[in-house]
Amino acid sequence: MKILAVCGEGIGTSVLLKMNADRVLKRLGIDALVEATDIDTANATRDAQIFLTTAGLEDRLVKGPAEIIAIEKVFDLEELSDKLSAALL
Amino acid sequence: MDASLATAFSPDSVLLQRSAGSWREAIGLAGEGLTTAGIATEGYTAAMIHAVEVNGPYIVIAPGFALAHARPSEEVLRWGMSLVTLAEPVQFGADAHDPVYVVVGLAAVDKDQHIAALMALGEKLADPEFVNSLLKLSRFDDLIHLLS
Repeated sequence: MKILAVCGEGIGTSVLLKMNADRVLKRLGIDALVEATDIDTANATRDAQIFLTTAGLEDRLVKGPAEIIAIEKVFDLEELSDKLSAALL
Repeated sequence: MDASLATAFSPDSVLLQRSAGSWREAIGLAGEGLTTAGIATEGYTAAMIHAVEVNGPYIVIAPGFALAHARPSEEVLRWGMSLVTLAEPVQFGADAHDPVYVVVGLAAVDKDQHIAALMALGEKLADPEFVNSLLKLSRFDDLIHLLS
């Protein structure tokens, strides 16, 4: 299971998104590798099951094999948990 | 506590209770902190503003808090952060988290060196009171105390 945490630059917001996603996934008991990256790299990646991004950026991601999840509040672990469990459980 | 978060800032990169008339000016102040501290060039400031023009206000990652940044480039001299607190907040057009009172400018040289400090900042941001604590700062030393 590979999840890409995606933001425009791949060095800031996506890192924090990955940090909180790791926390939520551990709580949910889901074994997944989360990597932080930028939009262009994500769009060139075909082996991720999920693109996790922030609201407003989801339209920049090319629809493909990965399910796209947009997060309104990066630090709202409940939102992250709800959306990740809906996609994965 | 993680020393690397405190060391991301220097007295020159911390601008407290400043005034900005727009989100562009607010990011401009974050860029001023980075350039004054010798962390990045003015070109990086322009890149941080350009990133919001292209990608939108997703850098507003918590209520009242924006993490201004652009990609690693030759405009970055060393990794580091600036902090701007605003006497009056500005609108970024970020529905859930507007208005913005605090802007941290982040400059990275690669995908690794700044990560420990950024994640330590993320731990702090998980506390909803953290932004308020930043707003109350009046001296650089108080920031170091808050982060330590």
